[in-house]
Amino acid sequence: MLDFSILINNLDTYLEGFKNTVLASIIALIGSFIIGVIVAVMRIAPIKPLNWIGSVYVEFIRNIPLLIIAFFFYIGLPAIGVTLSGFVAGTIALAIYTASFIAEAIRAGIQSVPKGQMEAARSSGLTYLQAMRIIILPQAIKIVIPPIGNQFINLVKNSAILGMIAGLDLMYFGDLVSSHTFVTFDVYIFVGMFYLVLTIPLSLGVGYLEKRLARSH
Amino acid sequence: MFKSKTSKIAGILLLSASMLLSACGKGGEKETAGTAKNALEEIKSKDKIVIGVKYDTRLFGLKNPSTGKVEGFDIDISKELAKDILGDEKKVEFKEVTSKTRIPMLNNGDIDAIVATMTISEERKKEVDFSDVYFDAGQSLLVKKGSPIKGLKDLKKDTKVLAVKGSTSAINIREKAPDATVLEFENYTEAFTALKSGQGDALTTDDSILYGMADQDSNYELVGGTFTEEPYGIAVKKGNKELVDAINSALKKMKDNGKYDEIHKKWIKSN
Amino acid sequence: MDIAGALSVDNLKFLADGFKVTLYIAFVSIVLSFIIGIVLGTLRYAKIPFLSKVVALIVETIRNLPLLLIIFFTFFALPEVGIKPSITVAAISALTIFESAMLAEIVRSGLNSIDKGQIEAARSSGLTYTQTLWHIVMPQALRRMVPPIVSQFISLLKDTSLCVIIALPEFMHNAQILYAQNVNYIVPIFIVVAFMYFIVNYCLSLIARRLESRQV
Repeated sequence: MLDFSILINNLDTYLEGFKNTVLASIIALIGSFIIGVIVAVMRIAPIKPLNWIGSVYVEFIRNIPLLIIAFFFYIGLPAIGVTLSGFVAGTIALAIYTASFIAEAIRAGIQSVPKGQMEAARSSGLTYLQAMRIIILPQAIKIVIPPIGNQFINLVKNSAILGMIAGLDLMYFGDLVSSHTFVTFDVYIFVGMFYLVLTIPLSLGVGYLEKRLARSH
Repeated sequence: MFKSKTSKIAGILLLSASMLLSACGKGGEKETAGTAKNALEEIKSKDKIVIGVKYDTRLFGLKNPSTGKVEGFDIDISKELAKDILGDEKKVEFKEVTSKTRIPMLNNGDIDAIVATMTISEERKKEVDFSDVYFDAGQSLLVKKGSPIKGLKDLKKDTKVLAVKGSTSAINIREKAPDATVLEFENYTEAFTALKSGQGDALTTDDSILYGMADQDSNYELVGGTFTEEPYGIAVKKGNKELVDAINSALKKMKDNGKYDEIHKKWIKSN
Repeated sequence: MDIAGALSVDNLKFLADGFKVTLYIAFVSIVLSFIIGIVLGTLRYAKIPFLSKVVALIVETIRNLPLLLIIFFTFFALPEVGIKPSITVAAISALTIFESAMLAEIVRSGLNSIDKGQIEAARSSGLTYTQTLWHIVMPQALRRMVPPIVSQFISLLKDTSLCVIIALPEFMHNAQILYAQNVNYIVPIFIVVAFMYFIVNYCLSLIARRLESRQV
């Protein structure tokens, strides 16, 4: 049987980690969404250099491990004089990494809106940015919600890498509990349960949205 | 699309499933202790001893990427063991362990023995068998030269002390300096890199390991002397008296014929 | 920063050794998880009483856990219950378990995307359910699944780096050993490691894109 006394005796530790995992996820979620939208707009804006920058960002970040980005912010940046705590470095890395996937999802969404709409909006006197904000983005958002939702689930799972740079998250504290109690199996099962408490509702929500949006099309 | 329904079931059933899993798992735990009897015979019959050593600990076990060889005090001791038990110091194979992976690796049969800056402790004795002490270390602190931290008493609130997961020093420091913030890392590489990156004010572990770091980077020094005793032992799987005896007799021979002192002098300058 | 020192011939060779391990572990895990993923995804799609539900439960649970936790669990927790994998076996198992669950979901939605009318037509022309699945639905679905499967493989290749926590001598681990030598190596080594991953994964993603465009 699972030894629930481990959970009870170390509940404060678990909850501290859980709190930081939630916090890192929320901050990275907002950050990645903002960066993702900016990069997506850069990729499709009618200005070539912006397209290139956006493409380089997406292609490069998507194709390297999150761990390298996290290590870079944690122990690479101090080499040039910027020191970030594990929590901050990890959260920034998460936002930057996830943003590349979100940008790609948004770009696909925007490009699925017929080109004619942009032309019509422009000819009725809106600037490019206005047309984007008022006409295109609201439609695109509906299409991109399910893939973005999936990226957010991935983000929560990926936040576990904070544990590798002393980011004080669930994984980090789970690890501490296990090295101090000399129990691993039960400790990690509890860690897993805490993650499921976060990810299962998210999955349910994304599944629900997917179903609803599929119906409305 | 019945994803949501199944996710719900997943959520509800997970608890019971994990309980079941651990329930049947715990049954098997007890059988494992007696399986590896006569590890000594086994080592002799395969004519090779596989030893788990550190790859990231200067002076004790450090991988040299240029030569592909591991070098250090633990390595030389291991070679002497192979020489005594199998008659040839080349009949030893090294595998990398970290403070976290060494006990699982020993228990799953990846390695025959651990010679990896491992402190003999009561907790660990429940999981592995130890040889006699082969090195006396003590926990200390490593700081950047000129740091205001001169010893344990300076580890106040808001000081960040770096340690390694699964090491005795990580546990000790919380008792000795309860106010300080302790950050734990996967291995010494990460911990020392973090210290050098300014992610902490001091790094704590055995003085022997810290000397290696100070040796690598002269901007760092040990302060405050030692505040625990960390006797290193060679660990083998539980219930292998023959192997422990063979290791102890090899250690004794090394000490008697001066080989131990020679190795000690080669690697350990201070003390 | 010490670029010349960090990227000496010996160091690059050492990194290459690590990269070989990364590729090997990723390749074995890809093959295994492809097979298991197809089996699990099909079982879940087929709506076999009880069995499909059990598969769904397992797949959903694993999909919702961090891979890092699964790697930890495989290597550090399983020995407590008598299963004692070596580092390589633990790494391959953990990656396979996680990626199989991810692939199972891709396979299931691929199968779901095939028009139900086709199944009915095939059934009424005398094929059994299994035959229909095997000869009619699967070949079409597989073609649609190729791009997401390739993306998943890219993820797997990147995720191999997480095995650094169990000291698997892969790319990231060897990078760590190198920058342990000298703090000035950190940035150059990171750049090389990032570029190696980028080159391999970018090529894979180009292949995925070509396959995708060919389909339309």
